[in-house]
Amino acid sequence: MTPIYDEQRHPLSRRILHWVMALSILVMIGSGWRIYNASPIFGFTFPDWATLGGDVEASLARHGDPGVASAIEWHFAAMWTLVIAYLLFVLWGIVTGHFWRDFLPVSPRSVIRDMVDALRFRLEHRLGEYNAVQKVAYWGALAAVAMMILSGIAIWKPVQSYPLELLFGGFQGARLVHFLVMAGIVLFLLVHVALTLLVPRTLLAMVVGRATELRHTVTSEDAR
Amino acid sequence: MTFVRRQALRGGLSLGALTLLTGCDLSDHDAVQRVLARFSQWNDKVQAAIFGPDRLAPTFPEAQAVKDFRYNAWYGPDKAPRLDSADYRLQLAGRIDDKRAWSVDELYALPQVSQVTRHVCVEGWSMIGRWSGTPLRTFLERIGADTTARYVGFECADGYYEGIDMPTALHPQTLMAFRLSDEILPTKYGYPFKIRIPTKLGFKNPKFVTAIYITDKQPRGYWTDRGYNWFSGI
Repeated sequence: MTPIYDEQRHPLSRRILHWVMALSILVMIGSGWRIYNASPIFGFTFPDWATLGGDVEASLARHGDPGVASAIEWHFAAMWTLVIAYLLFVLWGIVTGHFWRDFLPVSPRSVIRDMVDALRFRLEHRLGEYNAVQKVAYWGALAAVAMMILSGIAIWKPVQSYPLELLFGGFQGARLVHFLVMAGIVLFLLVHVALTLLVPRTLLAMVVGRATELRHTVTSEDAR
Repeated sequence: MTFVRRQALRGGLSLGALTLLTGCDLSDHDAVQRVLARFSQWNDKVQAAIFGPDRLAPTFPEAQAVKDFRYNAWYGPDKAPRLDSADYRLQLAGRIDDKRAWSVDELYALPQVSQVTRHVCVEGWSMIGRWSGTPLRTFLERIGADTTARYVGFECADGYYEGIDMPTALHPQTLMAFRLSDEILPTKYGYPFKIRIPTKLGFKNPKFVTAIYITDKQPRGYWTDRGYNWFSGI
């Protein structure tokens, strides 16, 4: 019997956009946390070491600002790289059919089935194929970034984009949405990275563009 | 070839360092600061381009105006400069026809309007207040300011300094605010007046203004000198 390999391919454009978005999102989160600390919405702040914006103490000593100025500079620089990469990624995904081919179809029933299997550690990962939970997660991540961009515009430009903020229940509502969706993205990243560590070949594919794996179980379907 | 490769290598290394996100080191590098400053200048241009000279900031019902407005400065309210109306004079400089100084009484005799608008702080908090005063545009026309100049700068009694673009200075909601909640502006809020700009972040609303100048050279700002974005429109 000839061995059957599963294969995952990521074209260069997708890899570049993926990593630009990944890096931009990390910068947005780190700097966003520092900005959040200046006027917390909830009763907690993020530890300084987890935030981006330079040495807090040194900045305070130098000019009475806890590095929020730097954090805002980071935030408003990475927003460009994120938005541009995101728009190109969505455009590519639609035009090349990547989204329709790999993220669809996805039925509620298949999501529940795969979710139950995953929680029982029974869901088999097949390189190059997305299970229903992954499909939903990727749609969710795409929607989340869109929400971040919209709520971000409402916060950055509440007057020029008015009445956009009303969509979020006003300016403070937009801040709340921006925070909550950020939390969702952080959750996605944690799961995304954890699963990558479980199946490192997927990381290899996203770096060099291609990874293969000998299929574990050869079914009659495969033999066809 | 090797140069290019070395550049790429260095780029890769800095990308790797970035993902560590320890925060402390990276932001404080001169080279990183230069790149960020470049982005900030680009953002100034974008903001100036999307600024609508006639687009009004949302206004709110009077009932939503906060009476006990939040005090905000890098010093305590007891340290706020107490200006005496007897010897206060607003100085005028730059491209202005009539540069004679203005007393508080003369300023307060100018035609006035009221607005209930929202103050948005760069930190994220916001507060609605009722301000009354003279549109800056009216004052600039009164003194014969050259409104084809690019900027309007402000000097303040507490050592603060700020500057705005001319389109914002001429915006109908940009006021020389003499009153907050219908009361003469109390000392801690900037007596005898503050520049109230509902289309800018709070720190672009200078208090205790003692001098106004018209210029083509972008005025520096207290917080923009500390790294905050210059245009800071909202």
